Amino acid sequence: MQFMLLFSRQGKLRLQKWYVPLSDKEKKKITRELVQTVLARKPKMCSFLEWRDLKVVYKRYASLYFCCAIEEQDNELITLEIIHRYVELLDKYFGSVCELDIIFNFEKAYFILDEFLLGGEAQETSKKNVLKAIEQADLLQENIDFQMRLFAGVMVPNMASESSGLFQN
Amino acid sequence: MSPSIPLQEMIRAIRSARTQCEERGVIQRECAAIRAQFRQVDNGGARSHNLAKLLYVHMLGYPAHFGQMECVRMIASPRYSEKRVGYLGAMMLLDEKQDASLLITNSIKNDLAHSNQYVQSLALCTLACMGSAEMCRDLAPEIDRLLRASNSYIKKKAALCAVHIVRKVHDLGELFAPAARSLLAEKNHGVLHGAVVLITQLCERNPEALERFRKTVPDLVQIMKGLVISGYSPEHDVAGISDPFLQVRILRLLRILGRHNETASDAMNDLLAQVATNTDSTKTVGNAVLYETVLTVLDIKSESGLRVLAVNILGRFLLNNDRNIRYIAMTSLQRIVGTDHNAVQRHRGTIVDCLKDQDASVKRRALELSLALVSASNIRTMMKELLLFLSSCPPGAQSSSCQRHIPCGRKAGGDVRDETVPNLIQLITNTSELHCYTVHKLYRALLTDISQPSLVQVACWCIGEYGDLLLKGECQETEPSQVTEDDALDALETVLQSHMSSPATRGFALTATMKLSTRITENVDRIRSIVSIYGSCMDVELQQRAVEYNALFRKYDHMRAAVLERMPVIEKNSSGHTNGETAGDAVKEIQPAAVKQTGPLLPQQPANQVCDLLDLLGGSEEPLQPSTALGLPNSTSTAGGDLLDLLGGLELTPLAPAPTVPVYEKDGVSLTLICEKTSDSGMTVTLTASNSTDSDISVFTLQAAVPKSVQLHMKAPSGDFLPARGAAKVTQMVALNNPNKVNLKMRIRISYNTSQGSAYQDTVQIDSFPGL
Repeated sequence: MQFMLLFSRQGKLRLQKWYVPLSDKEKKKITRELVQTVLARKPKMCSFLEWRDLKVVYKRYASLYFCCAIEEQDNELITLEIIHRYVELLDKYFGSVCELDIIFNFEKAYFILDEFLLGGEAQETSKKNVLKAIEQADLLQENIDFQMRLFAGVMVPNMASESSGLFQN
Repeated sequence: MSPSIPLQEMIRAIRSARTQCEERGVIQRECAAIRAQFRQVDNGGARSHNLAKLLYVHMLGYPAHFGQMECVRMIASPRYSEKRVGYLGAMMLLDEKQDASLLITNSIKNDLAHSNQYVQSLALCTLACMGSAEMCRDLAPEIDRLLRASNSYIKKKAALCAVHIVRKVHDLGELFAPAARSLLAEKNHGVLHGAVVLITQLCERNPEALERFRKTVPDLVQIMKGLVISGYSPEHDVAGISDPFLQVRILRLLRILGRHNETASDAMNDLLAQVATNTDSTKTVGNAVLYETVLTVLDIKSESGLRVLAVNILGRFLLNNDRNIRYIAMTSLQRIVGTDHNAVQRHRGTIVDCLKDQDASVKRRALELSLALVSASNIRTMMKELLLFLSSCPPGAQSSSCQRHIPCGRKAGGDVRDETVPNLIQLITNTSELHCYTVHKLYRALLTDISQPSLVQVACWCIGEYGDLLLKGECQETEPSQVTEDDALDALETVLQSHMSSPATRGFALTATMKLSTRITENVDRIRSIVSIYGSCMDVELQQRAVEYNALFRKYDHMRAAVLERMPVIEKNSSGHTNGETAGDAVKEIQPAAVKQTGPLLPQQPANQVCDLLDLLGGSEEPLQPSTALGLPNSTSTAGGDLLDLLGGLELTPLAPAPTVPVYEKDGVSLTLICEKTSDSGMTVTLTASNSTDSDISVFTLQAAVPKSVQLHMKAPSGDFLPARGAAKVTQMVALNNPNKVNLKMRIRISYNTSQGSAYQDTVQIDSFPGL
């Protein structure tokens, strides 16, 4: 996958993940054009379109468009499944996810995406495992904060000693 | 220093801004606060929130480059929460083109060796997302180490990180090959998936690696079998398919390994047959696996039975209700139409049906496939379908479809039905944005081959009509080429002189040559000489045309530009048979008489060449017809009359001169009227004004009013300047339609400026119209 975009029906960007190096200007241009193209399509049309030299796979879930740009050799139908899997993960994590969840917790949406896709490819095919990993990472984050509050004023302890034993597999 | 508001507060504030300006204000304030916070040394737990806020602002499109150094700092922080946001910021704000990205290489290296796997995971993720070639080279040994000795959570990430490294630095593939091989023995699906992706990447890049990894085919087949046959595994199941993501990747790898290799292909035959028959195709996920299977079967050296199975699966896809499935079926068929032509032909009916689909991308695919399937045997039915499709196409799609239609027309060549020529011409006039491209392409086609009459006819017509576009040279959709006027005339002359051209085609070429006389500037004399040569041609049709055109040059040169003007867009012929839509009937020879009476002008042109030469009278109308659009008196009646008029050239005065009636006379300005009935309820009134005073009159305008039920249409006047002493007149035509046959009256208002500059206005009522 080259990039993934999430945008609303009004064309507002909610998430963008780029797996290819492009300048900010180029990214903005691509985003603008692609958003326009996808929003112009009618509801019953095909989920695949050819855009520039890429294949674009998009799917609409409620008010959000999930749009992925894949390469020539990639399987479009499995990309649809990848998009669906990501939505399922968000749904499980936020509990009946809606666009607002993604707006106000955008960094969490990114963390979940990064636990599911890596470098543009799926890294974990089991839904359960992805959710477990996120949960543990969130716990790790909270734990540190909790400990920070407890030991306010004291030197920040070394990460290694904090995490020893608790989270290693 | 303003207190920093939490992230969610800021998002709420931004969203509640009612105008763009207000939003900008909020963001500017926040960014200022964030910048101030960044400058502080240590901010407790607020640092990650500030960076998160900045990232949100960045996503909205505002500049956030001042956060780059903060990302670098955060990544180096010992706190997990800060690292997490720091790495996220790095992936969003830093790309390999930024200098700051190199600064994080060391942090990543440290974190890759961290004791906590979630920290390691952050580093791996960031490296795989935005690692530059330099960073990759630096850290590759680390990744290799992780590939061999770590837990599955890290191994699967390391594998995909290695994929990224290999993409960036091809040589490093060698480094990862051994580790990749051993990963195939793992049980964990995530690791297996990563391993398969890595091996795919290595094989795609390096033929040697490909050779070595061919030995893994049995292992891959084994894994795949396990997935397909095994019972329900809740963890990886998607709608009854066990881990479709892994299945698809394995199939793709098998495709690469089996290509051009008999042994490898043999080893996977059974498996592919099994997957193809056992996979449930009711849901998308099943179809995804089947799709990949079909692609693999068609690409490797599979046995024929398996190939037939694959094409049949595609055929089933074509009938699927889901538009997506139909689309990819056609994409796949397109790939094999060259090699397995007969197999694809069997599904031609369904493909042609897809031409009628609502979706533009499906239609485009169907069109490409249909064009590829056109062959000598099915040309008639296919052309009918294709023309139907083109005529129902919206203009945007027409451009790409026309582009393909033209080469198809060339291929179809002599077999094309007669009525495709007027249809194609009608289509071309309708797609105005394509004129430039079309004329260039057809000109080039003409240069290479003039043996196919229909193509030559269309090409000549286009060169004549759009010659100015051809000579202009620039065209967006083709390579620029300089076509000179001589080149274009040479091409037309070649057609004229060639023994391969039918009389009909020659007629096209001659008319096109004539039309070019108004489109070009320098070689008008050459055109005159060509035209006059044909004045003594043996072919009577050509001779007649040439003589008329000659007359156009000689006697009526002032009208030449108007007569040879660009044709208006042709309406679809309502009588239907010139559009070839008759279902299944044999071609009806176009009845010239019938067509003469019905609508569009152009279809008559080819029709007349095809038909009886005795219809010279029908043919002679042809150069004059464009003029009727300009309101010049209709000379059809003349041509229909005297045969002897053929040699006399154009006869433009009306048959029965209508009486000229003076209707207004005052102060030297006089207005006369000529009335002419054009149809049962319609008539044309010509008003002529002249000025007998000693001074000029300017801005001379006429306005007319008629009773309510009468329809009035004023044509453009010949001018608005009346020179003194009747040196010139101004004429204006008015078309009237009186369906209710009321008593016709007309009130005319005359207004003009005298030479002294004063404005003058007067009204006159006309109660009787002689000549009615």
